[in-house]
Amino acid sequence: MSAVPAAPRAASADRLPADRLRSWRTGPSRLVTFCLVELQKLRHDPSELLTRSIQPVLWLVIFGQTFSRLHAIPTGQVNYLDYLAPGIIAQSGMFVAIFYGIQIIWERDAGILAKLLVTPTPRVALVAGKSFAATVRALAQVVVVLVVSALLGVVFTLNPLKLLGAAVAVALGTVFFACLSMTIAGLVMTRDRLMGIGQAITMPLFFASNALYPIALMPAWLRGLARINPLSYEVGALRGLLIGTPTSLALDYAVLLVAAVLGVLASSRLLSRLAR
Amino acid sequence: MTATRPPAVLCEGMTHRFGDHVAVDHLDLVVEQGGVVGLLGPNGAGKTTTIRVLNTLLPLQAGHVTVLGVDVAADPMAVRRMIGYVPQQLSIEAALTGRENVALFARLFDIPRRERRARVEEVLDAMELQESAGRLAGTYSGGMVRRLELAQALVNRPSLLILDEPTVGLDPIARDSVWERVREMRETYGTSVLLTTHYMEEADVLCDRIALLHRGRLRAEGTPADLKASVGADATLEDVFRHFTGGSLDEPGTGGLAGVRSTRRTARRVG
Repeated sequence: MSAVPAAPRAASADRLPADRLRSWRTGPSRLVTFCLVELQKLRHDPSELLTRSIQPVLWLVIFGQTFSRLHAIPTGQVNYLDYLAPGIIAQSGMFVAIFYGIQIIWERDAGILAKLLVTPTPRVALVAGKSFAATVRALAQVVVVLVVSALLGVVFTLNPLKLLGAAVAVALGTVFFACLSMTIAGLVMTRDRLMGIGQAITMPLFFASNALYPIALMPAWLRGLARINPLSYEVGALRGLLIGTPTSLALDYAVLLVAAVLGVLASSRLLSRLAR
Repeated sequence: MTATRPPAVLCEGMTHRFGDHVAVDHLDLVVEQGGVVGLLGPNGAGKTTTIRVLNTLLPLQAGHVTVLGVDVAADPMAVRRMIGYVPQQLSIEAALTGRENVALFARLFDIPRRERRARVEEVLDAMELQESAGRLAGTYSGGMVRRLELAQALVNRPSLLILDEPTVGLDPIARDSVWERVREMRETYGTSVLLTTHYMEEADVLCDRIALLHRGRLRAEGTPADLKASVGADATLEDVFRHFTGGSLDEPGTGGLAGVRSTRRTARRVG
C-alpha cells in the first residue's frame, strides 16, 4: 500500500515538553476556533442581527424618546436618551447571550456536543470558547444598536481606547450571561424548560439593574438585587466610557471579570451532565 | 518499534451502571489493530454505552480499558487524539458549509495551519464531497451528511474509528457508499474500526469479527462465519442473533428510549 499507515501516537508515558506546550496553547486556540465558527455562521445568515435589533430599537425610539420628554427619571445633567442608550446596548448583548444555553442543548440533542467533547478540548476551553463565540454575535448586535442610537442623536465618545474598553465590558458581560444560560442548561437539560427559565429571568435581570433608571430610585429590596446583578456593572462601565457619567471603572471591570470566570467554571462543571 | 502492537481496543471486565441499571456487565472485548469489529445486539444491549466509555464521553466505572495501549481513565485526552467518532444522530452544523464543518474539526484536533487546508481537501476528496463542499451542510442529503461526518472524523487520521450505527436511515446506495469508504480507510491507512449496527447484512459484509451483546453481557464473539457455523449449517447471522438473544429483536431496554427516539428522529430527517 502506498499510503502512510496511521502510526499509533505517543502514549502518555512519553509526554514531551512540546506536548505540554500544546496543552497550554489549547485554550486560546479553541477560543479563536469557536469565534471563527460564529463569524462564519453570521456571514452565511446575518438576518438575525436585524430581527434582534427590533426590540432594542423600540426601547430607544418609544421608551427613550417618550421619557426624555417627560423628564420623569432624574439623570442629572445627562439627557435621558443618552442615559438609556448604554443600558439598551448592554441589554441587547445580554439577550443574545441568555439563549446560548438553548444552542448547547440543541447541539446535545443533535449529537454535535458529543462530537466536540470527543475532540482533545478540555471542558473549560469548550465552554469558554462557546461563550466567547456568543460575544462575537453580541458585539455585532451592539454595533447595530450603537448606530441606531447615534442616528437618534445620542452623542458617544469617539475615543478608540474608550470604545475598546466598552467592547471589553460587553464581552465580559456576554461571557457571564452565556455561561449562566449554559449552567442552567446543564441543570434543566431540556430546551422547553430552558426557554421557560430564559423568558422568566431576562426581564427581571434587565429591570433589576441600572439599565433604565438609577439604582438610587429603587426600593431597598430591588437596590440589593441591582447591586449583585453583573448587568448593572456592565451598564455602569458602558455609561462611564461612552457617555462620560461618573462610575468606578475598576470596580465595574473587577465584578464583570469575576462573574465571567465563575460562569465559565460553573458551566464547565455541569457540561459533563449534558454529555451523558 | 516494539514487537507487540497494543490492540486498538482492549476491554477487561468493563462494567457501567446508570443508577441501579447495569448497562454493561463485565465486558471483555478486543479490537486488533486494522480490524473491523461490529457490536450487535437488541436496543438496550449496551452497545452505545460501551462506545461512550471507549471514546471517553462516559467515565470508566469499573474494569480496565485501553485504546491503542492508552488507559482511557488515566489519559482521556491522549485517547481523544487517536480516535474518530461518528455518533448515531446526523450531527453536523447545518449553518456552516461542508468544508467549514470539516475545517472546524481540523482545528479542534490541532492540525497545524500549514497542513490544514490540504488535509481538509484530502478527506473531502476521499468522501466524494468536493463538489458540494461550498454549500451549506443543511442542504445535504442523509447520505452526504454521513459522508461529511466521516470526513470530520477522518481529518485527524485517527488510528481507531468508532461508528455508532453508521448507516441507520440511509437508502441502499448511500449505505453502500458508506461501507465503501470505511473499507477504503482500513485498506489505505490501516484504520481500526469499531461499529454498532442493527443490520445483520452490514455486520456480515463489513466486519471481520462480531461481538453479540444482550442485556449488557457479551453472549457470543467471533468471525461471522464461525458464529454462523456454531448455530448450525446454513444459519444466517439473523439466526445467530435470535439464538443468542432469545429471539427478541426489540427489547424494551431500560434507558434505551432516548436512543431509540433519536434514531427515529434521524431516520425521519434522512427521509
